[in-house]
Amino acid sequence: MSASVYFDHNATTPLDPAVLETMLPWLSECFGNPSSRHEYGRAARRAVDDAREKVAAAVGAQPSEVIFLSSGSEANNLFIKGALERLTPGGLAIGATEHSCVVRPAEQMARRGWRLWKLPVGPDGRIDMAACAEIVARKPSLVSVMLANNETGVLQDVSSFAALARRNDCLFHTDAIQALGKIPLDFRALNAAGVNAMALSAHKLGGPKGAAALIFDKRAPIEPLVAGGGHERGLRAGTENVAAIVGFGEACERAARNLSRNAEKTRDLRQRLEKGLIALGAPVFGREAERLPNTVCFAAPGIDGETLVSWLDRAGFAVSSGSACSSDSPEPSHVLLAMGVAPDLARGAVRVSLGASNTTDQVDAFLEAARMTLSQLKKLTAIAVCQ
Amino acid sequence: MTYSSKVMDHYENPRNVGSFAKDEEGVATGMVGAPACGDVMKLQIKVNKEGIIEDARFKTYGCGSAIASSSLVTEWVKGKTLNQALEIKNTQIADELALPPVKIHCSILAEDAIKAAVADYRKKSGEPL
Amino acid sequence: MKEKMKGGKQMLKYPIYLDSSATTRVDPRVAEKMIPYLVEIYGNPASNSHTLGWEAETAVETAREEVALLINADPREIVWTSGATESDNLALKGAAAFYSGRGRHIVTVKTEHKAILDTCRDLERHGYEVTYLDVLPNGLVDLENFKKALRPDTVLASVMLVNNEIGVIQPVEEIGEICREKGIVFHVDAAQAAGKVGIDLSMLKADLVSLSAHKIYGPKGIGALFIRRKPRVRIEAQMHGGGHERGFRSGTLPTHQIVGMGEAFRLARMEMADENRHIRALRDKLLKGIADIPDVYVNGDLEHRVPHNLNVSFAYVEGESMLMSLKNLAVSSGSACTSASLEPSYVLRALGRDDELAHSSIRFTLGRFNTEEEIDYAVKELREKIGKLRDMSPLWEMVQSGVDLSRVQWAAH
Repeated sequence: MSASVYFDHNATTPLDPAVLETMLPWLSECFGNPSSRHEYGRAARRAVDDAREKVAAAVGAQPSEVIFLSSGSEANNLFIKGALERLTPGGLAIGATEHSCVVRPAEQMARRGWRLWKLPVGPDGRIDMAACAEIVARKPSLVSVMLANNETGVLQDVSSFAALARRNDCLFHTDAIQALGKIPLDFRALNAAGVNAMALSAHKLGGPKGAAALIFDKRAPIEPLVAGGGHERGLRAGTENVAAIVGFGEACERAARNLSRNAEKTRDLRQRLEKGLIALGAPVFGREAERLPNTVCFAAPGIDGETLVSWLDRAGFAVSSGSACSSDSPEPSHVLLAMGVAPDLARGAVRVSLGASNTTDQVDAFLEAARMTLSQLKKLTAIAVCQ
Repeated sequence: MTYSSKVMDHYENPRNVGSFAKDEEGVATGMVGAPACGDVMKLQIKVNKEGIIEDARFKTYGCGSAIASSSLVTEWVKGKTLNQALEIKNTQIADELALPPVKIHCSILAEDAIKAAVADYRKKSGEPL
Repeated sequence: MKEKMKGGKQMLKYPIYLDSSATTRVDPRVAEKMIPYLVEIYGNPASNSHTLGWEAETAVETAREEVALLINADPREIVWTSGATESDNLALKGAAAFYSGRGRHIVTVKTEHKAILDTCRDLERHGYEVTYLDVLPNGLVDLENFKKALRPDTVLASVMLVNNEIGVIQPVEEIGEICREKGIVFHVDAAQAAGKVGIDLSMLKADLVSLSAHKIYGPKGIGALFIRRKPRVRIEAQMHGGGHERGFRSGTLPTHQIVGMGEAFRLARMEMADENRHIRALRDKLLKGIADIPDVYVNGDLEHRVPHNLNVSFAYVEGESMLMSLKNLAVSSGSACTSASLEPSYVLRALGRDDELAHSSIRFTLGRFNTEEEIDYAVKELREKIGKLRDMSPLWEMVQSGVDLSRVQWAAH
């Protein structure tokens, strides 16, 4: 293990040791299947129910509105595909900067005859209200807009879009995966505004990988993606991942408790980081918009992002050149392109996503490493250009 | 499924399990339910000359709630006249045992068992039904 | 789960766990391998820009090799899922969608797991036609019957390797031959089979195979689908997103669970032969211990069966009250997934067991951690409690006094 400084919390977070503690019994002596009626099974069922209450409480939802799933991708797929599956094909609108696990299922539905609109964003990454109103007036069956962008951290005014959707009788879904644990989430308020469903994931807030949830007001019928056995009120079959669900519940509870402190801390760190980056001549994307407190997406003009992150990795800093899932693709980020960033500059994008355990010293060391790396890379690039 | 403590008590210490000899004086039998449905209850009452149920016995094939319901009614019918016994309603049984909704049929079966036993007694003794 | 002293020396833990087909305890050796991937190596395996991500990815690929080794497959044929239920859904819906141009008829069996049956119901709603085959009274698929069900437009067949309720082993080799010859995609649900019977996919002509970790001492929340490369079988993805698992299944990979599944499969490969001997001895002891109780029936073929399973009907005693009285034994009646309902087991009904015997069944499924002392205790407990319940059973009383229950006119209710 290298002594890395971990600056990639939007990809995944280290597991909170206190969360691990709550999970361990469920990986050893408490191993029942929650569907079993004997003592082992009943204990597991209680654990799942407790976790459901904790997740619900953390986001202002009812426990009956929480459907446990295996990943955030599954949560987004379940609502988008599941809700549309029950309707006759019509229109479907998603934000232009959505995560691929919203984009791909939407495109899949488009192949099945749905008309897909993408809600355009301005240079600050925010969806344009007027453009949105125009599209929503054409009455798509479903609108999906993320709360917080995974690459830039830009927040969308979800309540306003949801209200617009409700006035036009559209279902409204929001991917809240990056927002959970970083900004306050209140499903009751969102629901009152018109949000029907919201996707969450455990491993983005100090919980384990393998647990996620769809918060869903059940106002519309949805078709399960995974059938067989009637678990999760018939919306998601399969033996519950008890340990991960328990960890998810605990992580939600802790994150809700520490939210304002952590947000303040990462916001301070980010400010320090951004000041330094701008001094290095690196533009920060979405800076004009309201953003998650922990996320910085920047580029060094003329330097390829992949190269920069691999140099930074060698210097001991784990950052990302885009969203983790699509980082295999050489294409520039669709998020930045949608914001009107030139493809060449977008190729240079680097995402730093901070966590509460990061420190000022780490930020300073990072800025120093970035400065050194950039000057070295610039020399190399200059040589390449001369040749 | 979790059972109430009252169900558990009747299940673990069932009252009045057993059978009277069929031809014993004053004994009548009610048998209700079917094996295919998962419950069969046999309730026997012993009625004295004053028309009071002085003793009762049961045997039940069924879930814990069915066993508890029949055990409970053997206690309740004792000391009652036939008409009083017929006043025992399934809702009272379900309330007493705190049966969950999926087990309400057990209390209905127990009420039916009382009716069947009383009917058997009246048939045997030539009383009007 | 209190501990009691027995005979002054042997500690038995109650309730005694005899429900290994519902789920198993994570083997401590598996848990030990998992923990570092929860604590230190927490990177997202899809993060290709830093060491933490690569280390996670390496662990995922090592585990993939281990899973492939147990079933003699190529690691590239293994796609991670959240469990066997998802694998079953992905296999059936994915293959049905991909080959729908060729035909829309599917053949499966009435005793399959709900994950298969419910998925088939979904497919029926989407315009597919499904034939649900009967089984023989011993629970096995009749090959002639299977052949007869095939039609020119049959594109997919799904038959489980080992049944979850009665443990019988279906003739999937023969079925695979038939399907291959006719160009029908053949899916095998092996959730209850991996680690219990040898699976050699270089011989077995299955195109898609569902696997689970938590049935063989791995963690819950992880499974895999084998998708054959030669001859290549194609499926349509059901979860879309970042393009994980070569586009077959998107979603962040839970590294620790995958590592756990890999280790569980490795241990199964190393220990299966010895373990099966141990478990068979226990199962035989259990069967011998209750065989002389009158009116006890073993459900399903005893020969074509994994040693882990014993499914028995104790006539004239109802299943749920049996479970209540056997509270020191963690066993199940019917499969765990359906036990919230009051319906008698559909698997036993498919064997032609009458409802009364289906209501009276208990499934004992033994595992790695069971001991002889536990079986001794279970036998003692069973003999006592079955006796007590029969003393309370009007049916038992009637049979003892010579009544033929089948001729009784039961009052409907």
